Amino acid sequence: MLELLNISKRYPVMGGERTVLDNISFQIQPGEKIGILGRNGAGKSTLIRILSGAEPPTSGQVVRGMSVSWPLAFGGTFQEQLSGLDNLRFICRIYNKSVEDKIDFVQDFSELGRYFREPAGKYSTGMKARLAFAISMVVEFDCYLIDEVMAVGDQRFTDKCRVELFEKRADRAMIIVSHNQEFVRSHCHHAKVLNGGRMHHFETIEEGYNFYLTHIAQ
Amino acid sequence: MTMISKTSPPPPAACPLPESFAIQCRVVWALILREMLTRFGRHNIGFAWMFVEPMIFTLGVTTLWTLAGMHKGSSIPIAAFALTGYSCILLWRNMPGRAESAVKMNIPLLYHRNVRILDLFLARLILEGGGATMSFLLLGFIFTWIGWIAPPENILLVIIGWFAMAFFGISFAMFVGAWATKWHWVEKIWHPAAYLMVPLSGAVFLVDSLPKKVQEFMLYVPMVHGCECIRDGYFGSQFRAHYSLAYITLFSLILLIVALIVMKNARHNLEHQ
Repeated sequence: MLELLNISKRYPVMGGERTVLDNISFQIQPGEKIGILGRNGAGKSTLIRILSGAEPPTSGQVVRGMSVSWPLAFGGTFQEQLSGLDNLRFICRIYNKSVEDKIDFVQDFSELGRYFREPAGKYSTGMKARLAFAISMVVEFDCYLIDEVMAVGDQRFTDKCRVELFEKRADRAMIIVSHNQEFVRSHCHHAKVLNGGRMHHFETIEEGYNFYLTHIAQ
Repeated sequence: MTMISKTSPPPPAACPLPESFAIQCRVVWALILREMLTRFGRHNIGFAWMFVEPMIFTLGVTTLWTLAGMHKGSSIPIAAFALTGYSCILLWRNMPGRAESAVKMNIPLLYHRNVRILDLFLARLILEGGGATMSFLLLGFIFTWIGWIAPPENILLVIIGWFAMAFFGISFAMFVGAWATKWHWVEKIWHPAAYLMVPLSGAVFLVDSLPKKVQEFMLYVPMVHGCECIRDGYFGSQFRAHYSLAYITLFSLILLIVALIVMKNARHNLEHQ
């Protein structure tokens, strides 16, 4: 189980503080899939960073009873001078995984071909996104953080990602942030709406969107 | 469709110490390899740049000082004086120079929970310190070989002095790097400060050759002690060395403790994109 207890996050701004998350608590059970809705700037990415551990909350506690991924397909950790292969090696070293048996999978899945051994700085946005997703599949986690992942890539690649993530890893917990209604509706069990630093919990996606569309997105 | 089985059991709330030490070693090693590839690449001499670059600097400085005849009218061996002096500068100046940007450049890596801010510093400092040490060793060897300098009179003292200097370099680097995560202007003042500290660092003078009043003042500067100790080991019979290993070590220790305290809260100060 992953549990957030009274999480608040405040940032210093000109002449004071801005509260991005205000006393948020919730739990995620193994296999549970929740969608997080909210407008731009509502604090969704901040919440993802706190869940991943990249950033500590100002107050409150994250209890990680299961392993939590880095934000899926996050390419920010790629070093542009390093090749796709070197970046894969780096991730494997950090997570103590063997690399040799992952090379074929990542090279095939990312469809990089010979570019796999070229510096990542030469990649297009799509190529980087494909590599990032493929590398994310190399380490297994109990809970995946998914921040606007499927926005990139063509239909065929999106389908491949769906199989890899939602079919092969259907038993994992997932926390999904997306502006794509279709995507959230088809993959999440519950919805949580972030607004003004507060979090509203909804049993069904339908209720979540009703609230979001009538009260917030107006 | 086949389900992929979970391989990792849920992590315990806190890893036992030996295990977390093993993780940290692995992470630092991964960061070192990444840094080496990023900085030096696989082209031409590759990783050798790690020590060839400081060697070129030191060689240039040694040649300049020898030609400038700074030693006229004194008996100090100028090549050994330059080698020891400039190699010390490499330790206390280059390490903070690398540490100052260590976190800023690598913020996204903190998404990987095993990567700690301390690891980002350690990886860069081990690489930088290793490069400076290799450069000092190789040049010392080559200069002795071709007869530019005599071998050290007391090699143990050289080693002790080098370690004291390296410990200072690491502590100073962590101190600068940790504050740089909190205050942006630290990196702005670091460059002029480093430049201004060179003439004060003991690299370009022997304490004994200074007027008594200035000596007292100079001995407050920690780097002077490390440099004097190394020179005492190299050619101690030819001048009177002034230094206290206790002073430089204590100074370093205080810097290091402050740095670790600042670092503990550093995650709060970072600006993610």
